[in-house]
Amino acid sequence: MVEWTDAERSAITTLWSQIDVAEIGAQALSRLLIVYPWTQRHFSTFGNLSNSAAIIGNAKVAQHGKTVMGGLEAAVKNMDNIKKAYAALSVMHSEKLHVDPDNFRALAECISVVVAAKFGPSVFTPGFQEAWQKFLAVVVSALGRQYH
Amino acid sequence: MLSKKEKQLIKQIWERLTPVAENIGAEALLRMFASYPGTKTYFSHLDISPGSSHLFSHGKKIVLAIAEGAKDISQLTVTLAPLQTLHAYQLRIDPTNFKLLSHCMLVTLACYLGEDFTPVAHAAMDKFLSAFAAVLAEKYR
Repeated sequence: MVEWTDAERSAITTLWSQIDVAEIGAQALSRLLIVYPWTQRHFSTFGNLSNSAAIIGNAKVAQHGKTVMGGLEAAVKNMDNIKKAYAALSVMHSEKLHVDPDNFRALAECISVVVAAKFGPSVFTPGFQEAWQKFLAVVVSALGRQYH
Repeated sequence: MLSKKEKQLIKQIWERLTPVAENIGAEALLRMFASYPGTKTYFSHLDISPGSSHLFSHGKKIVLAIAEGAKDISQLTVTLAPLQTLHAYQLRIDPTNFKLLSHCMLVTLACYLGEDFTPVAHAAMDKFLSAFAAVLAEKYR
């Protein structure tokens, strides 16, 4: 069971309330595909991913980025039982999609970078980063649970 | 491998940040200590509270070393030779920590550069910092 301090809860919900899921989702997923190109193996049906401009302009990437952020919203709303909220998603990623769980960590890092670029150092402070990345680490662990 | 264009981009970014090296470095360290508290164990001899002079001087050292390496990436093993020895034989920092600092450095760059930290710049910088960390860890064993 993960314990959250009041400061962590408030940092995560404050940040989340300011996030535009379509914007951040599309940016984070496109960065994942550009910075860690091996992650493209899971997106063979997405069409043209041949260079960074194509990835950024790919509507399917943008749409899926938004979907991923929807998953994150479920975690924000169930902070005290992310494991349960993610049970079905974890089964899907391990048994159906066969995604290497290290990809979740890589995507989490891209989400942090995109959020940092969006909000800057005065909002995304070291304390906010700590809370946010703890949250993402719990999400990544919940998503990888079925693999254990 | 880094393309010529990527090398140029990395060099430009670090040139731009050299004047504020101590702020960037201190902030990256502070972020690392907050998000990965285990990393604080290596700094028990320093005052690492926010705003401390140790934090600024050490942060500056790190950023200037990275910027120096960025000047000619093909010569990384030569430029970093003294630092390789220092880390492997004296500091003995578990090299997995380099990755944690790299990530916090990327977050710091994103914070300060905003939209200028494009996906292409992000990818190039991630590759460069991985290469930097790998070279730094080369002498360990």
